[in-house]
Amino acid sequence: MIPLSWYVMLSAGLFTIGVVGVLSRRNIFIILMSIELMLNAANINLVAFAHYLQSLTGHIFVIFVITVAAAEAAVALAIIILLARNRGSVYVDEFNLMKG
Amino acid sequence: MINKAIFIYFAAVILLSAVLVITRKNPIHSVLFMLLLFFHIAGVFVVLNAEFLAAVQLIVYAGAILILYLFVVMLLNVETESKASRANRYWPWAAGFGLLVAAEIALLVARGTFPLDTAQPMRLGASGVKELGIVLYTRYLVPFEIASIILLVGLVGAVMLAKKRSSE
Repeated sequence: MIPLSWYVMLSAGLFTIGVVGVLSRRNIFIILMSIELMLNAANINLVAFAHYLQSLTGHIFVIFVITVAAAEAAVALAIIILLARNRGSVYVDEFNLMKG
Repeated sequence: MINKAIFIYFAAVILLSAVLVITRKNPIHSVLFMLLLFFHIAGVFVVLNAEFLAAVQLIVYAGAILILYLFVVMLLNVETESKASRANRYWPWAAGFGLLVAAEIALLVARGTFPLDTAQPMRLGASGVKELGIVLYTRYLVPFEIASIILLVGLVGAVMLAKKRSSE
């Protein structure tokens, strides 16, 4: 039987990789994908704890997380298309219109 | 024993492909490594007896969200990608911070004990589609309806944002 702490370690590692991706990359696609990485890390944690607590609540919440991720991806990609059309760039450090 | 070996394989591929996702220069390569990652996360779900979630992971994440990403990446320019630098100027700080946090979490999890480690895991078949559906449509009915509204907002919002303004 796999100990629960292994799942927690895996999900913490995946979450940290996602955080580093959000903080360090310039391309807005990679930043969005890093957010998906973090959501998936949370999903692994939810399913693992649901498995060991013998409760289905974790599974239900994973379904909701996937729903929100789908809606978020659709809206965010629409915003990226608008940004690329209006500003001609997908690099976040070139969007400095409001910088004083 | 075989369970642990399978889990270690899935975890290793997940972490490796996650690192590759955030380090590749070409966004299309990142998307393809993300596909590999989603398949292995579905494998972890199968190890945890969550077959329905594994199927949803493959159908919704790999089948819908990732294809959307791939379309938009291909729609926008990728030819300037090879010249531009991939990370912002603060990336050593971010990487160092990430290593620090990962080491801290690993240390804490390794030193602590989980009472659930000795708990009885969910029995086989307790997390099937039927049981999940019963819980989803009775106890979690209101969140389920709210999720449908979120999807509707996402649908309308994406169409409204991305359509061309014809009058201006």
